[in-house]
Amino acid sequence: MSAQTAELTAIRKMIASHKRRDLMFAGLGFVALGIAFITFVALFVDMLVDGWPRLSAEFFTNYASRRAEQAGILAAWVGTFSIMLVTAVVAVPIGVAAGVYLEEYGGRNWLTNLIEININNLAGVPSIVYGLLALGMFVHTFGFGASVLTAGLTLGLLILPIVIVATRESIRAVPNSMREAAYALGATRWRMVSDHVLPYSTPGILTGVIIGLSRAIGETAPIITIGAVIFIMFLPPSPINTDFPFVSFDWLWSDFTALPIQIFNWTSRPDAAFQANASAAALVLVAMTLAMNGLAIWIRFRLRRRLKW
Amino acid sequence: MASAEQSLPASKHAKGRLEFRRSRHVKEQIIEALLLGAAMVAVLTTLGIVFILVRESLSFFATVPLWQFLTDTEWTPLFADQRFGIMVLLAGTLTSSAIALSVAIPMGTVIAIYLSEFASDRTREIWKPVLELLAGIPTIVFGYFALFLVTPLLQVIFPSLPGFNLLSAGLVMGIMIVPYISSISEDAMRAVPMALREGSYAMGATRLQTALRVVVPAAFSGIAAAYTLGISRAVGETMIVAVAAGQQPNLTFNPFDQAATITAYIVQVSKGDLPYGSIGYQTIFAAGLTLFLLTLVFNLIGFWLKRRFREVY
Repeated sequence: MSAQTAELTAIRKMIASHKRRDLMFAGLGFVALGIAFITFVALFVDMLVDGWPRLSAEFFTNYASRRAEQAGILAAWVGTFSIMLVTAVVAVPIGVAAGVYLEEYGGRNWLTNLIEININNLAGVPSIVYGLLALGMFVHTFGFGASVLTAGLTLGLLILPIVIVATRESIRAVPNSMREAAYALGATRWRMVSDHVLPYSTPGILTGVIIGLSRAIGETAPIITIGAVIFIMFLPPSPINTDFPFVSFDWLWSDFTALPIQIFNWTSRPDAAFQANASAAALVLVAMTLAMNGLAIWIRFRLRRRLKW
Repeated sequence: MASAEQSLPASKHAKGRLEFRRSRHVKEQIIEALLLGAAMVAVLTTLGIVFILVRESLSFFATVPLWQFLTDTEWTPLFADQRFGIMVLLAGTLTSSAIALSVAIPMGTVIAIYLSEFASDRTREIWKPVLELLAGIPTIVFGYFALFLVTPLLQVIFPSLPGFNLLSAGLVMGIMIVPYISSISEDAMRAVPMALREGSYAMGATRLQTALRVVVPAAFSGIAAAYTLGISRAVGETMIVAVAAGQQPNLTFNPFDQAATITAYIVQVSKGDLPYGSIGYQTIFAAGLTLFLLTLVFNLIGFWLKRRFREVY
């Protein structure tokens, strides 16, 4: 009898200790999440405290300056926007086309295997290596120089895997019955893809494109490597002008600077006044990436609710 | 007679249809070729990277013997007395990566297990997007954070810590990598079928036992992929170390020292104006090739682990 009770208490003890361990691990998980979160909050608060007073209209309309109080990010944000335009024009058509090929056209053979291995591997290549590719290839072999075009092409290649993977995932989510219905009505493969598969997967592709661009906008290393000029007192030539033919692509060949480079430059100065500039510019950059990511998450959220095949 | 009259327009019609079909076929072929061309850009990019890195490195190794590159204990390509020992930069890269991973892997894994196995659906729905948002913060911002907030805080604890140091850069890099590891690992764990967990619970296992002995082993291929991605990120991370770890080549594994990494060196040289084709210019490609091979090795290990431990349900 007493042996039985002893055994029972032993089992109860064991169960209690296991439950305690469960609880302890849940606490550990919560603490880990908390540490990560608090770090990020600290980052934001630090940036806000240092940078907020510097954020004014002049900060966006002034060029960089040797005097910290007069310095602004005009050349930097215009440069960033021009680069993003080129990046999107490069990465979206190529990335979507590649995704369509891999999902709808290419069978399972050595060629598609090779392409797939390459895409997976490229996603793990450090961004600075893309910078070296651009320096050797675009800047010196093709003679594009350290221009907006070079930077846009580099970042376009960098986010290509992101766009391809997003395209493939959203194409895969389109049910086969859609394809069969289009074929049954006599559509060719391209008709089926362009009229059905692509429109249905547009929100997913868009999410991937925005996430890719938000990654590109903050990339510093590759555009430093191609030799971006840090101190720039002019804007790229306007794409629209009054002379015939009214549009000009000279801006593609222009020297440039970009927001992350400007931040890097200000960060490496010992003067505390430039630190404030750096955090104000960082605030602008983070606001841009967070807005883009937030938009992507919102699109995905809406998509999940609306689409029920 | 009547049949001949009828067959004439019919065959004409058939000819038109055939032509239509042929032109449609040609158009389809062209489109397929264009799409294939787009997909080949990925292959061309890899080839381009290898070609450029190898071409410039070959001219570098024509001047500097490979043996010296691998064994010299000084890295001073920009000084009068030029020495090219890559292990100096490698030491910085490996030390900062080791610090980062010793933060990111435990934290990321614990967070993934917590979100996948312990947290309620609501908690997960909130935290997953938040973590993904945090993964999108530009690394230059983390560099700023490491230099101006984390280093001064660490100096309160370790008063002898220099302004540039591997510890602060590594710690911040670790926090930066946490979302990558936790997000991918959590996806892998969520993909483990419920029946496995139910089987485990039915045998009387607790949540923690189920998580550690059933779910984690079943999801190991995905978790390994997350780890290797984290390692690649740490080894290739540039701006945090360039800003916070200093740019002084230093053969040390001491986290409290300042030291340049491979990536920080490339940035330092690119900021200056080295002439095309000079030995200093070539060093960044030799350093880049080393970095590329390093990440390639980790990617291949990850690929192998993924294959080796793949579980199909």
